[in-house]
Amino acid sequence: GGMAAAVLLLLLLAAGPGPGRADAGQERRDALREELLLSPLPTGDVAATFQFRTRWDADLQRGAVSHYRLFPKALGRLVAALGVRELHLALTQGFWRTRYWGQPPLQAPAGAELWVWFQPTVTDVDKAWKELSNILSGIFCASLNFIDSTNTVIPTASFKPLGLANGTDHHLLRYAVLPREVVCTENLTPWKKLLPCGSKAGLAVLLKAERLFHSSYHSQAVHIRPICRDASCLAMSWELRQTLTVVFDFFSSGQGKKDWSLFKMFSRTLTDTCPLASQSKVYVDISPKNKEKELLEVSPPPTSVHEAVVQGEKKTYAVYDLLSPSLFNTSRSLNVQLKWKRPQDSSEMPIPTLHAQRYVAGYGLQTGQICTLIYNTHPYRAFPVILLESVPWYLRLYVHTLTIITKGKENKPSYIHYQPAQDRRRPHLLEMLIQLPANSVTKITIQFERALLKWTEYPPDPNHGFYVGSSVLSALVPSVTAMKDVDVEQSPLFTSLFPSSDGSSYFVRLYTEPLLVNLPTPDFSMPYNVICLTCTVVAVCYGSFYNLLTRTFHVEEPSRGGLAKRLANVIRKFRGVPPL
Amino acid sequence: AAPVQVRLVVPIVVVFGPGSVPRDLPRPLPFRDVQEMEISVNLRTSVTSRYEMRYRSTTAQEEAALAAATAREADAALHLLQDTTMGSLTMYVVPETSSLLPQGISVYVGKHRSALVRAVGSLAALQTRLREVTQVMSFTASSIAAALSDRVPNGQLGPDARRYLKSSLGYEITFSLLNPDPKSHTVDWDIEGAVNRYVKPVLDRLSLVANFSVDSQILYYAVLGVTPRYDKESSSFLLSAHSLPHVINPVEARLGSSAASLYPVLNFLLYVPERSHSPLYIQDKDGAPVSTNAFHSPRWGGIMVYNVEAPASPQASLPLHVDVDMARVMEVFLAQLRLLFGLSREEVPPEFLLESPGNEGLADWELDHLLWAHTVENIATVSTTLTSLAQLLDKIGNIVIKDDVASEVYRAVASVQSAVTKLSLGHLNAAFQASKEAVTSSERAFFDPSLLHLLYFPDDQKFAIYIPLFLPMAVPILLSLAKIVRETRLRTKEPTKMD
Repeated sequence: GGMAAAVLLLLLLAAGPGPGRADAGQERRDALREELLLSPLPTGDVAATFQFRTRWDADLQRGAVSHYRLFPKALGRLVAALGVRELHLALTQGFWRTRYWGQPPLQAPAGAELWVWFQPTVTDVDKAWKELSNILSGIFCASLNFIDSTNTVIPTASFKPLGLANGTDHHLLRYAVLPREVVCTENLTPWKKLLPCGSKAGLAVLLKAERLFHSSYHSQAVHIRPICRDASCLAMSWELRQTLTVVFDFFSSGQGKKDWSLFKMFSRTLTDTCPLASQSKVYVDISPKNKEKELLEVSPPPTSVHEAVVQGEKKTYAVYDLLSPSLFNTSRSLNVQLKWKRPQDSSEMPIPTLHAQRYVAGYGLQTGQICTLIYNTHPYRAFPVILLESVPWYLRLYVHTLTIITKGKENKPSYIHYQPAQDRRRPHLLEMLIQLPANSVTKITIQFERALLKWTEYPPDPNHGFYVGSSVLSALVPSVTAMKDVDVEQSPLFTSLFPSSDGSSYFVRLYTEPLLVNLPTPDFSMPYNVICLTCTVVAVCYGSFYNLLTRTFHVEEPSRGGLAKRLANVIRKFRGVPPL
Repeated sequence: AAPVQVRLVVPIVVVFGPGSVPRDLPRPLPFRDVQEMEISVNLRTSVTSRYEMRYRSTTAQEEAALAAATAREADAALHLLQDTTMGSLTMYVVPETSSLLPQGISVYVGKHRSALVRAVGSLAALQTRLREVTQVMSFTASSIAAALSDRVPNGQLGPDARRYLKSSLGYEITFSLLNPDPKSHTVDWDIEGAVNRYVKPVLDRLSLVANFSVDSQILYYAVLGVTPRYDKESSSFLLSAHSLPHVINPVEARLGSSAASLYPVLNFLLYVPERSHSPLYIQDKDGAPVSTNAFHSPRWGGIMVYNVEAPASPQASLPLHVDVDMARVMEVFLAQLRLLFGLSREEVPPEFLLESPGNEGLADWELDHLLWAHTVENIATVSTTLTSLAQLLDKIGNIVIKDDVASEVYRAVASVQSAVTKLSLGHLNAAFQASKEAVTSSERAFFDPSLLHLLYFPDDQKFAIYIPLFLPMAVPILLSLAKIVRETRLRTKEPTKMD
């Protein structure tokens, strides 16, 4: 008995100092990996995708005192204070043209997109969501504070947690898009401030606002999620991914030449590494396009070559490891250059397996129709896709007009979730699971009526039109080549945001074009015009009435009249009519 | 500013030990006495302090306690026999020749709410000394003036008065380690241990005053806004006192504001200078190096420069590993924290001996000191807030006051009245709690979104909209007025013509 008690006491003593002491014993509780992926796009543009991943082996939710090292304090406190389980915020300028540019590693809808999973312990999710969007709008200088119940939806199937999650009760999820949001330098600066090295060292020195916004597409995002600490997954770590994607148009700006270099894109080169990063790599996509000999030539020679199956395609990457001592030995800076050996035929442009298109049809200001075209170009495999439409309440959808037609026949969705809008309270939410047959185009149409808003509800410049956010397509696209299961910690970052299900398919999330819809817009000077007109009428009435009341009337003696009368009488006499 | 009249009552028990009773006592012990002091702030604000003294002789137990060998032991023993209500004080007068107090020390202030005072010849001299002790242990005219610094006319305020933090319901304390040169230095600090060991005890005591939250961060590539000057003689870099105001701004952009709460933030920065600017010393106004190598910024926080010893061999591989000596750093930061709360121990006369609070971090009377000042400040703040609310209502006649706003105003008024009453009864803690409630209620009423004055349409614009009505209507009226004038003028002229 005494022995057992002593052992217990020892155990208690060992546990006494708490998790803080135990964690402090570990060498690195947080780690930073940074990565830049440069991929030439089929059209001749170049996409650059930055990813900065901070991993923290700590539980953000617990502990009154928090001590931050690499993880930014502002976001950490937010996650802890509001019970956030997962947070995804993207601010995007421009539209990713999937049909021409291919499948993006990370796509985001135009404007601001925010989706958040809350902890099951959060009792009032709506309040936490409101507070969260307000704080985020302060941190990122974006108008996220305009997120309210009229543009927030609770998707049931489209947005699953990307990190560790034991429950997927969708009442803990909130999703909102602000398509009108304009993204610019003031949003980039706070985003850069969250990086441990700022923009002073490492890959982030390339992030110069004047170049980044001189591009066809700019998308910056923040993803926070809990992940497994190791393969056994007994403990949890938190991951912050900051991603930034830019597409530079070199074909038009480079006199028809598609050659590019880091300096041409960013007007900077890489000179040193961020001393805090445990990994810092530049990947250049040099995959041969049509199994011929290589068309591209990169210089300087890469440190290594990495081959992987990414989004169903076999890809080859030239890798520059900034942390390898040999890289900066020969030259003081790294300026990755790419040259085309011979001009590429535009006919060999590959078409992505899944892409979509959306537009508004109809004429006049009363009714209209939203048409969505979804393409499956896979030669022999059919696959399902989840479509999410969130339409503002002022477009009154007629659900009975919903038609889904594939190859001339009606295509019945296997799952449909529709939540009608309430005026000024919540938007329409339509989620459908649609089977896409192989090599097909599916056309989805739904009619709507345009509502008449109250005059205070119109935004500034109402004749510009009203934006309707992109619809979201989520699909497991069958892969042409088999994929291997990869270790998240070892593989490049751009392959590891979305969990891969199995070797035969890969997850794709696509966003369609946002829509711009004109609503019947009143003449806003009308109230004043009405006031003016009414007042004038009243004033005229008043004036004549006043005159009637105040004038004194005299009976006027008839006189011989003036010159005019005499003239008239002369004419009358001439005509033979009695004079006046 | 709004009128504020407060009376602060401090109950004091003066206990005469054997052989320390002055000969010129007016009455035999025990007896009561009242002393009043006026603290003038401005014309509309008056603070009266009233010391209610009760003189008595020692009990047998107290006598035994006073027979202890040292003052500290006596203080510990006496603590068990005392009245420990907040704000009340107990003074033990010991004989002039007592060995309890060290040589040259006439007053010993203990950890709790009592002091040992060496007897002096006459009662008047003793009372002067007692008043000095009382002021150290409760409030002085300057500490009250600092609490009411918004009302004190400019120029009459001491330089330190604007240093103290404003009274608030909560504070956030952020420790930041600035490492501008992570290539040369990898700096590790055991902030978690240091906070638990040094800061937590103080904040636990202060939790009665406000809510505190503590966090820390490490910022890389964060540089000061000033390039230090190289001094050849000492082969070191110097930051002069006059350049210190420019140091903070660029750093502050990186600190990150507290997005999740509205409480004021106290920043404590530990700056490890770049290798190319090491060692770095702060100079005071006279050009002498500051011994702590730290400075504070009023109502903002403090900065300490932590120099890294140069490696013995210049070939030592970079980055250099630095383990911060947290005891040294926290000593400075705690002193700055005390300073910012107005709890500095430097302004006492030399013959006073203050017992160090030890593990508790803060003596009981220091807490009282803070509570007195914050209570008075809260009352003044509530009065100002409610007055400006009333002014707003006077300005906009048709403003709508909702029921919940009205009830907050009523609650604020009731709480502030109760705080004033409690103060005049000497119930410090109850008064402070009431003043806190009053602040919460008054702020809630004042910042209610329905009271935004932009929501109300100004009358001149309403008039402008109806100009199209008023103008055409005015034309016939003015014309007929002109006609009347013309006619009356004709009529007055006519009789003279007739003549």
